[in-house]
Amino acid sequence: MRDALGSVQSVLVLGGGSDIARAVVRALVAERTRTVLLGARDPGKLDEEIEALRALGAETVEAFAFDADDPGSHERALGEAFARHGDVDVVLVAFGVLGDQEMLKRDPAAAVAHVQTNFTGAVSALLVAAERLKAQGHGSLVVLSSVSAERPRRSNFVYGASKAGLDAFAQGLGDELAGSGVHVMVVRPGMVRTKMTAGLEDVPFTTTPEKVASEVVKGLRRGAHTVWVPPVLRLVFTGLRHLPRPVFRRLDL
Amino acid sequence: MRPEGVEAVERAVSGAGPRGVLPRGLGRAYGDAAQNAGGAVLDMTALRGFHDVDVHHGRVTVDAGVSLDELIAVLLPLGWFPRVVPGTRYVTVGGAIASDIHGKNHHGEGTFCEHVESFELLTPAGERMLVAPGDDAFRATAGGMGLTGVVLRATLRLMRVETSWVREDVDRARDLDDVMARMAAGDAGYRYSVAWIDCLARGASLGRSVLMRGDHATLDELPPGRRERPLAPPPQPRLSAPPWAPNGLLRRSTVRAFNELYFRHAPASARDRLVALQPFFFPLDAVRGWNRMYGSRGFLQYQLVVPFGAEDALRDAVERLAGSGAASFLAVLKRFGGGRGLLSFPVEGWTLALDVPASGSGLVGLLDGLDEVVAGAGGRVYLSKDSRLRPDVVGAMYPELPAWNEIRGRLDPDGRFNSDLSRRLGLTAPVRGRGGHDQPRIAGLRGPTPR
Repeated sequence: MRDALGSVQSVLVLGGGSDIARAVVRALVAERTRTVLLGARDPGKLDEEIEALRALGAETVEAFAFDADDPGSHERALGEAFARHGDVDVVLVAFGVLGDQEMLKRDPAAAVAHVQTNFTGAVSALLVAAERLKAQGHGSLVVLSSVSAERPRRSNFVYGASKAGLDAFAQGLGDELAGSGVHVMVVRPGMVRTKMTAGLEDVPFTTTPEKVASEVVKGLRRGAHTVWVPPVLRLVFTGLRHLPRPVFRRLDL
Repeated sequence: MRPEGVEAVERAVSGAGPRGVLPRGLGRAYGDAAQNAGGAVLDMTALRGFHDVDVHHGRVTVDAGVSLDELIAVLLPLGWFPRVVPGTRYVTVGGAIASDIHGKNHHGEGTFCEHVESFELLTPAGERMLVAPGDDAFRATAGGMGLTGVVLRATLRLMRVETSWVREDVDRARDLDDVMARMAAGDAGYRYSVAWIDCLARGASLGRSVLMRGDHATLDELPPGRRERPLAPPPQPRLSAPPWAPNGLLRRSTVRAFNELYFRHAPASARDRLVALQPFFFPLDAVRGWNRMYGSRGFLQYQLVVPFGAEDALRDAVERLAGSGAASFLAVLKRFGGGRGLLSFPVEGWTLALDVPASGSGLVGLLDGLDEVVAGAGGRVYLSKDSRLRPDVVGAMYPELPAWNEIRGRLDPDGRFNSDLSRRLGLTAPVRGRGGHDQPRIAGLRGPTPR
């Protein structure tokens, strides 16, 4: 149960192996979170992380199998995690792939698989998680979107389109859930230095998983609906969004 | 749900879903004590009957949904008054029992439940039982936060009063030591005693206070003009707070100015002032919706008690508050006698209550730090006001939690009663095997909360 100042006691992560998820969970455990449930395609790989979280003070830490690409399994996987541990204050949906745009352009099947992971898989996971949170009458769904969702850029429009779909879905879900006690928070980081982006060049406002984590924790405290990381990107992308297309095309984005 | 009668309450309890059920009075607890996410909450205010008023012996039997406002409106013209009233009249008798509330006379009269002769409890298992002081169910329900069943009606002992006026002495105290010395020396001579304390004053004037003490005025003490209708009831609130106030209206600077004015406005020393009951007991009731002045982010209450002998911890707490600048324009200090129920808040000692705007990044750390000071001194915080306590210190603050939980478990074997407060703090979680775990005293902090 979250308290009046937004402190979180329990978190369930989908995509528990991601660098951003890891940083968010560590930031939460550094505050008041004592129960951590990590859903990942290969939970066996999280043993080290589980130990690290215990060392940081988490009391109940568990990894369970969760495959974003297999929506048929979501109901069971999430249902079991909720049944084992009672109330979950925050569900963090953090799975996703970035992909190589050049490769995706040439391989439609791969592009479809990419969109299915980032968008279709999240649609299913969010709906299942939302039902569980509604039944318990409280909780936050934190959805990792991207600034790319705000205006797709030619350098990564497959990824951008998948995140735009996710972002729109999450916003609508948040409106639908208004009044149910369940709150949806969309997180839009810019470029984040992680293993997913390894090898890519830094762009302006490149940030770190730790910075994303601290903004997520702050957003949860104030019950934010949208969180930009770094926050200045809200302004930058408000500008970019309204740039006339001929100008936008000239930008090297 | 607002059940219209006892049968409807019984149906609601027996039909409780997996998220459970919880009774609620007028919702004046500051935290999540009367909330039950995903489950049923029984608004008890429809049960408001007076069953028996014994004007000879000063005893009344009322439904649990009767408010102290209604009680006073009926009883005061008859020359009777509740033996314990809190800072607002807008609480129900059921809520007063569930929180085992205290008033300005706690140093002499104890808590509300001290003056409850008996009550009828609908247990979670669906049984209606008459409960008397000394019963396990009484000890678990007094201060039991509504988790042991629904109080349906209660019989209360009353106090004889001759007038609806209070004779009050006011004294300014220059610092914390001064006010504590005055209270320790003089409280025994007064029925009611409380000090408003300036939590922003630092340095030499740390803890400067206005001490307000008094007793019900007798007929002889009224001026002749007022003796004709000495028991005229207190007036209803006339002022309302605006529906909207900007966040940050009550900030350090404005509260500091208010505190300065309040302190200067109080007489250095005044004797035998006659004040009406209403402003003396229920200052906040004078402004309807006063809580809105804190803006949309709201505020939270923190009330601690530390035992006599732990004055250093109290000083530490006041210093931390003053140093942090957490603006509080309603902070009060008072001396407590003992408690009644297993989870009743009062223990003999000093209690400090304050409200702070729920903003500012340092608030979490400040209050978590205060918890440690309080728990370390053998004190506790008030569950009815709590909304953010660290779950891992509840067991240390309330050492009788396992005993309470054992009785509660007998009354509620199926775990039908639940609240957000209980989920957040793990109050009803089973106590782990004795001795096998590293922190067996602290019940249910490490596991999931049962539903």
